[in-house]
Amino acid sequence: MTVPEIRPSFDDDATEGRKLAIICSKGNLDMAYPGLILGNAALGEGVETHLFFTFWGFDMITRSRMDDLKFTPVGNTATHMPMGLTPLPGMTTMATRQMRRSLAELDIPPVRDFLEQIVAAGGHLWACRLSADMNKLTEADLYEEVEGIISASDFIELTEGAQLLFI
Amino acid sequence: MPVTTIDGREVHVDAEGFMTDPAEWDESLAAALAAAIGIELTDRHWELLRFLRADFAEQGETATTRRVQTVGGVPTKEQFALFPKKPAKKMAYVAGLPKPKGCV
Repeated sequence: MTVPEIRPSFDDDATEGRKLAIICSKGNLDMAYPGLILGNAALGEGVETHLFFTFWGFDMITRSRMDDLKFTPVGNTATHMPMGLTPLPGMTTMATRQMRRSLAELDIPPVRDFLEQIVAAGGHLWACRLSADMNKLTEADLYEEVEGIISASDFIELTEGAQLLFI
Repeated sequence: MPVTTIDGREVHVDAEGFMTDPAEWDESLAAALAAAIGIELTDRHWELLRFLRADFAEQGETATTRRVQTVGGVPTKEQFALFPKKPAKKMAYVAGLPKPKGCV
């Protein structure tokens, strides 16, 4: 058999040992996605990936809230709406619906399905101890694939040598 | 476009080595491409590859791992088992298709 002369270098060995740690600290629908998309992309490149959910990011893994994250144009100048209109009643609901539709059209999964895909690809999900205590939540309240509620020090320890993203 | 020899055949590839002309691909070539990256094709690989080819013919774009799961019916976990570490790129390579462009 002839071996191709030009062949993509998949560099499996080069990725060996590369780690990515993503800290998800936001609970808005729009801010849930950067961590999910980048984490999923890293896993697809063979990078060991850990996501740590803290403060408002806790909503992303809280069963009662993860399917109901919202997007609001309030205070977000990048929506290019007149800021005086953004706090009107119904605006957040409308903006959220619009964003969900745009994501679905591109086959970007909802948060729960995205987390499921990340776990299936070998990703690790961790919940922040302090956030759990502040919200009086236990593992029973969290998405079932979360591996544990751990302290900040635990997370730092288990992501030794990792590249880090704070979102 | 560079031309390279795979399994005794000349095929057009991009700078990285992904095939650029889907018409130059056939199933015997797939086995050679897979072997070149250390993969032995099983029936399940074939099902996935046939889905990728059919989907590309229809959509004009290589399916992402998400699409291979939702439309092709091969779960993410299994994709990683069949094409370890970098399933999206490896599947595309063996199927003789460009790398997927989609982010998810």
